[in-house]
Amino acid sequence: MAEIRVENLKKDFGSFIAVQDSNFVVADGEFFVMLGPSGCGKTTTLRMIAGLELPTGGRILLDGEDVTMRRARERDIAFVFQLFALYPHMNVRKNIGFPLLAQGMPAAEIKRNVEEVARLLRIDHLLNKPVSGLAGGDRQRVALGRAIVRRPKCFLMDEPLGTLDTEFRDLMVHDLRDLHNRIHATTVYVTHDQMEAMSMADKIAVMNHGVIEQFGTPQEIYDRPATMFVADFIGSPPMNFLKFDGGIEKGARQIVVQGASVSVPEVREDVAPGGMALGVRPEHIRFDDNSKLRGSVYGAEYLGTTQIVAVETADGIIKARVPAELSVRMGDTVGLALNGARLSLFEQASGRAIRTSVHDGGNHG
Amino acid sequence: MADVWLRGVSKSFGDIAAIRDLQLHISDGEFVVLLGPTGAGKTTTLRLIAGLERPEKGTIHIAGRDATALPPAARDVAFVFQQYSLYPHLSVFENLAFPLRSPARKMSEPEIRARVEEVARLVRIHHKLDNRSTKLSGGEMQRVAIGRALVRKPAIYLMDEPLSSLDAKLRAELRLELKRIQTELGATVLYVTHDQIEAMTMADRIGILADGVLVQIGTPKAIYTEPANLHVAARLGQPAINLLPVGLLPDAEAPTGTKTIGARTEHLTIESSANGHADGTVDWVEHLGDQNHLHVTVKDKKLITLTDTDTPLKKGDQVTIRLRNPLFFDGAGNRIQGG
Repeated sequence: MAEIRVENLKKDFGSFIAVQDSNFVVADGEFFVMLGPSGCGKTTTLRMIAGLELPTGGRILLDGEDVTMRRARERDIAFVFQLFALYPHMNVRKNIGFPLLAQGMPAAEIKRNVEEVARLLRIDHLLNKPVSGLAGGDRQRVALGRAIVRRPKCFLMDEPLGTLDTEFRDLMVHDLRDLHNRIHATTVYVTHDQMEAMSMADKIAVMNHGVIEQFGTPQEIYDRPATMFVADFIGSPPMNFLKFDGGIEKGARQIVVQGASVSVPEVREDVAPGGMALGVRPEHIRFDDNSKLRGSVYGAEYLGTTQIVAVETADGIIKARVPAELSVRMGDTVGLALNGARLSLFEQASGRAIRTSVHDGGNHG
Repeated sequence: MADVWLRGVSKSFGDIAAIRDLQLHISDGEFVVLLGPTGAGKTTTLRLIAGLERPEKGTIHIAGRDATALPPAARDVAFVFQQYSLYPHLSVFENLAFPLRSPARKMSEPEIRARVEEVARLVRIHHKLDNRSTKLSGGEMQRVAIGRALVRKPAIYLMDEPLSSLDAKLRAELRLELKRIQTELGATVLYVTHDQIEAMTMADRIGILADGVLVQIGTPKAIYTEPANLHVAARLGQPAINLLPVGLLPDAEAPTGTKTIGARTEHLTIESSANGHADGTVDWVEHLGDQNHLHVTVKDKKLITLTDTDTPLKKGDQVTIRLRNPLFFDGAGNRIQGG
């Protein structure tokens, strides 16, 4: 297994810059996810790591060795496209063993490898069954088995679960992570689905317009988004923004939005006057009749344990996640209390997060 | 708007029974969602109401009138499909006006304009009425497609996974809009999906379809808290309900005949074990941002529950687990009431 190091990686297609100066390290055994909307450069980056695309600048090191200009098949990586493509006329054993057969491995060795992988994926009891009769989850496991049987240095996966029904996708997300916990293969996984990224990744890079907006653990990215783009891309529903004007001084602990004074984590830098935004996650909002920050209930979405309530304020819709038992009616006026320890502040123009005690204090608060 | 009654409706394709003896009443102004996997019979039900399929047995009444043998055009229904299917050469205005320009309607131009503008405001596309329909984002196109159904005032709107081709963010936005519009109009809607979140968040009542049979119908809360059987229990809830063999965990006063215990997050108390006694081990704390999923192994069974983001529990911790009013199911998978 291997470490992947990407240094100042660039790629243009004519005048279009697909990837701008990317830098990141995927440690040996890590599950790394590149997350972003379509066209952000995540697949291009993956294809450069795979050797399917040559960079315009920068370097790619696999276990310390410069492979930037090396051909795909000389890189010892496995590229997994859509899972699910199985050879319908072969049984499970032959499907999994196929890549080894193609390499010319002796039959006895193939048998040993296939059986080991099947045990790992808990499908060893199915080895002699035809793939056509298998349940969906087992078919996916066979496809995965075929991808891992070669034991390459790392796995590259491009939206492998993209076409599946939601219920099935949740199952496969857990299977993939579970498998990773057992074999610890360095993995680079590309997706536009933030739930997949949050569920599986050790580290996430959030990309937009060819630029890595933030690199970090899922929790860092969720709790301390570096930009408004990241804050809005992650979370379901995403972070709410309440706009306000003015400068902020270092040491400030209060701001005023929509005429209401709100406690915020202590600000650790001076910010010149301009358009600002207060960022608040839906689960950090409570209903409180005493709050001056008010709005009327626009809709409520029941989710079983919790519900999402949309509240129309002077500055647009704010969504709160509150217990399902709480009774709300459309049109009701409610006050919104924000959890002061968990708020983010941004500069609207640049989208950049303003440094506060949340950034200095790690996970506390 | 009006109500729709399906009584004893059956439909097969060759040897396959797509719908079996379906009884379904959709009240005037009600939003009913049929939830089920591919092949459960959801789309067939819509097509039967629309008149695109004929039932072998049973009757369909729309607004009190027997529509079983009526052709589609005579049924007064509007269908919204999964794909936008807009006329690419027409503007947003003309796309919305199209259903009103049918010669049978004889609507005057000012009447058409007034109606289109009203609906465009409702679906929030009024600022783009003069745009070509191809110059819109995916979400805007789907708003126009929904708007085109709304310009008419049919007895019922039939919607076949209209949001499934959109990305997650847009889907969440349109879910809220669709529910708001339906409430404002007092529209009768039958909506089919395989997405439990759409069903939970929009429906007045959810019908759970499996293999052509309506297994249970009720409010989202009733389906979630009082599922009739294991199949229904497993359809709703994220993470999915934990289904455990009786006797795996202590303290559950299971009624006689219980085979399986269904435990959602709200039915479980999980704490660090204090006095040396432990029921299970934490395998993994999955950080999902707004909440954590706690994965616990009890003997050879795995349990997944929601936990606070600041939970002190971590991988490898020994825990005690208590059940609080869980759901009980018998050997046939049916729920035992009042357990």
